[in-house]
Amino acid sequence: MISVRRHNAGFCRSHFIEHIHRQVARTISDHHMFDAGERLVLGVSGGKDSLALWEILTQLGYRVDGVYLHLGIGEYSSDGLRLSRRFASERDLSLRVIDLGTEHGFSIPEAARLTSRVACSACGLSKRYLLNEAAAEMGYDVLVVGHNLDDEAAVLLGNVLRWEVDYLARQRPVLPTADGGLVRKVKPLLRVAERETAAYAVLRGIQYEIEECPMAAGNTINRYKEWLNRLEEQSPGLKAQFLFGFLDRGAAYFPPDPPELLACGECGRPTPGETCSFCRLKKVTVLRIARRSA
Amino acid sequence: MKVIMHQPRREIEVSGPRSVKALLNRLDLVSESVLVIRGDELLTDDVRLSPDDVIEVRPVISGG
Repeated sequence: MISVRRHNAGFCRSHFIEHIHRQVARTISDHHMFDAGERLVLGVSGGKDSLALWEILTQLGYRVDGVYLHLGIGEYSSDGLRLSRRFASERDLSLRVIDLGTEHGFSIPEAARLTSRVACSACGLSKRYLLNEAAAEMGYDVLVVGHNLDDEAAVLLGNVLRWEVDYLARQRPVLPTADGGLVRKVKPLLRVAERETAAYAVLRGIQYEIEECPMAAGNTINRYKEWLNRLEEQSPGLKAQFLFGFLDRGAAYFPPDPPELLACGECGRPTPGETCSFCRLKKVTVLRIARRSA
Repeated sequence: MKVIMHQPRREIEVSGPRSVKALLNRLDLVSESVLVIRGDELLTDDVRLSPDDVIEVRPVISGG
């Protein structure tokens, strides 16, 4: 039995799984995320959200390929890869692996140590860049990511606390395709809370990486999630009201105003400046690695 | 009872709590942030616990 207090409901195993499938199917349909004939690729980490989403989409009848980014974070990365490979192999799904060290010459711990960026910031921008690049180069129509209700609510809280109006304008369930190589990005787990993706993974027997990334300990978003969960404990449904209230009624006050995109001078990918953030990060990190080893 | 915790993974001994809710209160955790597992069973807050139980408290918050 699992209780979902925001729905004031308790579910047995089979009804809970059906409930999660319905929530995801509804999200895909309500936000016109993709059609049956489109080519889908999912960013896979070996964690509960991406593996649960891969399972859900497969169960709903979609053919989805996976791409795993090896970010060089020691045992955490190698465990994530092992679990992702096992999941894909058991279900005869296709998984492509991109190794940041092999393909770009640095790891996330090196980027965090050798530049002024905090680890989660360097990691986030690298993942956004590499997943989009992989989706574009391999000819996919849609990049699917495992951001859940809690991820989106926590990011919204951070954006509201600092009134990041540009980020609020980009916080949407679907980020559309843009000229120059930005692949449409969609978030089908929008209506599924983090606890529910974990419960789904356990109930489906999915082996996922339970331990948190060692570089993310105490990070801001995880702290916001804990605060929101303490509020949710007192007021079930509050996280969903906060997020969906914004998307239904608040987002219109922050209309997307996409900047004119240019081709990055280094990699050719779309960027609002001359050189994209990823190439700037890579350039500084690789240069400092070379200096240290000289 | 024996309680398996994570981040980092460890085992602790907790005596006294007679329900999942009481155990979470003792550990200063809220049920929205964890799954409580006994064997292959997910437990709701009202489930009674016994001193012989082995309980896993698995965090669900991840990413960033």
